[in-house]
Amino acid sequence: MAAAGDTPPDGELLKTPLYDLHVAHGARIVPFAGYAMPVQYPDGIIAEHKHTRTAAGLFDVSHMGQAFLRGDDVLAAFETLVPGDIAGLGTGRTRYTLLLNDKGGIRDDLMATRISEDGADALFLVVNAACKDADFAHISGALAGRAELEILPDRALIALQGPQAEAVLAEHAPACRDLVFLSGADMTLGGADAFVTRSGYTGEDGYEISMSGDAASAFAATLLSDARVAPVGLGARDSLRLEAGLCLYGHDIDTDTTPVEAGLAWTVGKRRREEGGFPGADLILGQLADGAPRKRVGLLPEGRAPVREGAVIRDANGNGIGAVTSGGFAPSLERPIAMGYVATALSAPGTSVEIEIRNRTVAAEVAAIPFVEPGYKRA
Amino acid sequence: MADRKYTEDHEWVEVDGDSGVIGISEYAQEQLGDVVFVELPEVGKVLDRGDEVAVVESVKAAAEVYAPVGGEVLEVNEDLNGDPSLVNTDPFGDGWFAKLKLSDPDELDELMDEDTYKKFVEGLS
Repeated sequence: MAAAGDTPPDGELLKTPLYDLHVAHGARIVPFAGYAMPVQYPDGIIAEHKHTRTAAGLFDVSHMGQAFLRGDDVLAAFETLVPGDIAGLGTGRTRYTLLLNDKGGIRDDLMATRISEDGADALFLVVNAACKDADFAHISGALAGRAELEILPDRALIALQGPQAEAVLAEHAPACRDLVFLSGADMTLGGADAFVTRSGYTGEDGYEISMSGDAASAFAATLLSDARVAPVGLGARDSLRLEAGLCLYGHDIDTDTTPVEAGLAWTVGKRRREEGGFPGADLILGQLADGAPRKRVGLLPEGRAPVREGAVIRDANGNGIGAVTSGGFAPSLERPIAMGYVATALSAPGTSVEIEIRNRTVAAEVAAIPFVEPGYKRA
Repeated sequence: MADRKYTEDHEWVEVDGDSGVIGISEYAQEQLGDVVFVELPEVGKVLDRGDEVAVVESVKAAAEVYAPVGGEVLEVNEDLNGDPSLVNTDPFGDGWFAKLKLSDPDELDELMDEDTYKKFVEGLS
């Protein structure tokens, strides 16, 4: 059978501060965004996925880019690059937003948290690993003279996700119970400084923890010694976020998709719709008014065969109407699920479509996203 | 001790008279991870050695399985439709894929025996 991805010489790949910990836990290491990352551990992807939905999964996401953005009017400055309401973001609150290009397309999706440093506003940014160099160059260049970016290359980022995440983390920092979804605060974890946000990429309640590399490695080991916590790799991270209907940059969203097409119109803040002032605003506001030609939808294929990225979607008459952008097996639903783009006229949940896989077609139904109820702890 | 022969792509064939049962090895199932679906061939299909005989879908990706020897598909393992994880839990037993009527038993001579395959796998790590 075809070999799944032969290991490249690992001298070329970067390692996160938790690399040795992954190896010690029996991880299978694969290349991802230039890093040697755990795709799974010995129990396997399905077990890791289910564990995250029932207990607490620990993820190393240190490959992602972290930075501070500072300046006298940093919030307004950052608004020139994204469609979100950043000026109106409360201190200690986190917003999912999008770096846009002049065509209204998406350069990257990211989390931005407003923090206060000695009374001055600043933003803590977390961007995708594959985009971080380009993102940081873009932000620095576009805001040169107005705001300064401090990239944090030695910080680790770990995510603790699942219904037991709060109980687990509260034993180390009781204050974590007080964080509501999409808010963040400084805490001390394992005796070290940490910045913790109540956020994640799994659809579960949980936290993302930014710490120095050494401290994170030690604290992660501590968390893993808790019977409720299991290490989770990129394989299950992908199946979890797919069930949660969350976009994967470079697959479900890219420089050719607008927020409206991607079902992310909600990221365009109310005041921003009136004022504009972000890249591609004319096109995006036009789509908000008149609709977009295509839409990101959920898909439920019949049977058990997964449909994968790139699979052509057709209507009942065999006309091509779109393509799958993410697809796989959903362990919590015990069936295949997918996301893709279809012509807007055929995007209503319940619409019957056909998806081409290999040399046959599979019947599928357009479905609402997310596929699994989220467990976020809102206010 | 089962008389299995192996390919470098980690398929095995276990011969019984003029027919053989085929599957994938322990090493292959471990590399694949959790199997969620197996696309099996039609009974009656005639395959040459090296033709695609099945497709195995794991959580992350699809992998082709190639016929270690040529033959006509006599039977397929319907149990895999209900429980594809058999490929992971019992790759040499209940996780079998198909039974072929061998078209040319001489092809078996070109495959690795148990010991040779074991050394081959050790050399991969």
